[in-house]
Amino acid sequence: MKYKNLIISSPQELMFGKAPSPVKTRRGLIIGGGQVYSELNFTLPTMSINSNTVKRVNEHYREIAEGALERALHLNSKGVVLEFETLLEMTKTPQIGVDIVSIMNEVCEKYYQKHGLASEIRLTPNDLREFERPAKQRTSELIAPMMELFERGMEAGGDLVSIESTGGKEVSDDALMMCDIKAIMFALSVLGVRDMQFLWKKIVGLANKQGKIAAGDSACGFANTAMVLAEKKYIPKVFAALVRVISVVRSIVAMEEGAVGPDKDCGYEGPFLKAITGIPISMEGKTAACAHFSPIGNIASACTDLWSNESVQNIKLLSGMAPTAYMEQLEYDVRLMNVALKGGDQSCQLFQQLMVDSDVYTDPQALVLAPENVIRISKELLKGDSYVANAKNGALATLDIIEEAIASGQMELSEMETAYLPILREDLNSIPDSESEFIDMMLPLMDQSKFILEEYGL
Amino acid sequence: MSEILEKLFEAVEFGKADKASPFPPQLKGQDGANELTKNALDADVDPKDILEQALIPAMERVGKKFSEQKIFVPQMLMSAKAMGASMVQLKPFFASGKIKEKGTFIIGTVKGDLHDIGKNLVSMIVEGGGWKIVDLGVDVSEDKFLEKIDEYPNAVIGLSALLTTTMVNMEDIVKAIRTKKPDARVLIGGAPINDDFCQKIGADYYAADPQKAVEYLNKIAS
Repeated sequence: MKYKNLIISSPQELMFGKAPSPVKTRRGLIIGGGQVYSELNFTLPTMSINSNTVKRVNEHYREIAEGALERALHLNSKGVVLEFETLLEMTKTPQIGVDIVSIMNEVCEKYYQKHGLASEIRLTPNDLREFERPAKQRTSELIAPMMELFERGMEAGGDLVSIESTGGKEVSDDALMMCDIKAIMFALSVLGVRDMQFLWKKIVGLANKQGKIAAGDSACGFANTAMVLAEKKYIPKVFAALVRVISVVRSIVAMEEGAVGPDKDCGYEGPFLKAITGIPISMEGKTAACAHFSPIGNIASACTDLWSNESVQNIKLLSGMAPTAYMEQLEYDVRLMNVALKGGDQSCQLFQQLMVDSDVYTDPQALVLAPENVIRISKELLKGDSYVANAKNGALATLDIIEEAIASGQMELSEMETAYLPILREDLNSIPDSESEFIDMMLPLMDQSKFILEEYGL
Repeated sequence: MSEILEKLFEAVEFGKADKASPFPPQLKGQDGANELTKNALDADVDPKDILEQALIPAMERVGKKFSEQKIFVPQMLMSAKAMGASMVQLKPFFASGKIKEKGTFIIGTVKGDLHDIGKNLVSMIVEGGGWKIVDLGVDVSEDKFLEKIDEYPNAVIGLSALLTTTMVNMEDIVKAIRTKKPDARVLIGGAPINDDFCQKIGADYYAADPQKAVEYLNKIAS
């Protein structure tokens, strides 16, 4: 791993709105530069996307952008990011995605020129490679439309680019259901890392060519899947907390390849990335309940630089359209954080402490996001000489923190949950630090028909 | 129930596939479902009794414990694996027709959608309930469903979707199935689905969770 020391080494410095390496956008947002902005994410109502509906699709996105920015303006917003996370058809046929970026960019420009409201578009194409099983991560023809959408979408007005890439998902889906921590380690710290290196070189190259911002990736398909499964009580929460920490070594590769943040909202590994690299991050918590439930509603905002809602359908609520309503919710949350920032360190610390204390001991996934635990785990994530060793060290530190919280009586977990702790520790301890030794250990245990080693450079 | 069937029931309930399996710790070193089934057959226990008195009831108990949130998915998977180990011994009796599955269940995640965790859970529980599973995978078109319906004309069909933008594809698939086989039973499930949507697209049943799916199937099979 490129990073050897933490950029933020004190929990007190891991604060919302402030990042050591802020990111400035073309319309003047300084993300991580002393204030928090809203990041609104949205999607279509239940409908098909085809040649008959594409006109209505475009209208939906115009309405969403207009409604959201008008509301933001009314609430004296200091700036907004609109995340356009494409639907599959919009990446498969890049022209559809490009047209939508253009439409929303027109709206952003109008509000900027007319009212001085700065807003930017984060463009997040789909990782289409998931359509092929086993996936051809490096040779698939589906890479071309993805890259075309990145390139032409940035030309059309996308200022920040992200993706939820899926390298290693062939392994992790089954591993999550089996709570197989060794297979999760293989999926994220071997396959995931290698795929991120391949993909983010390309994305950073395209962004740099246009002077745009390569923002970051999210381990959504891995760690958020674990979180949602744990919320449904399908798998233990302690396991989901470990998956989150292990995902850091995979998501940080985007930064190693040149991404500068803000990392993506659904990447709850963001606080670790911020501590290690100094980039600004986006997070989502209680405001994401429109898309999925989580145990980290308040604590998620403790050190965020953008505050998001994950995704909401463009449907009518009593107040107005849902994205507009969510814009308002985000803006009020952001106002509170910005008032705390204006008040100085003491008010920030107090406000952060309230956000942390309200969640921290309710769930191990919240526990790992407390700033002091983020710093402690992040130090362990840098101790080894390989991604595998780093992920293992981070996961073992996470187990220590969970066990300490139980032993001190601050966190209560059911016997169903605690039964997993010694099993997970034993499995983690059995993993060698060397990537090649780990691969040799894992291959005989795995269904190798599910992935193609060559597609990961192995 | 005979002692050997009781032991087999326990092996499946707690996920002991074979003697070598280290799981579960309390049954370490003991015979698993594979050996116990072989022993039962050697002792002339009727294969039908093995299936109906040990395997299916054990999986029903596992499904119940799961729906009551008393176990996590991995324990259920281990039980399914143990049942699979037993079925290896019973395979010749299925081939000869001496014992039969309750029916065939064709399942797939609909076109445009790649999510398969929910679908896989349903498959596993339904299989444990004594059904033959034909899993078509993800991103499954009308044509693929129709092709399998030709092969298994009496099958029940299960459609899964996770996204609001792909659930609409269920409607096309249900229409195509109805056109080809008006009396086919279709059940649907997935995060954005509800009863209203089920009725709107003309499917027969909305399964809110895997246990509901197997209960519905067992009801129509009885």
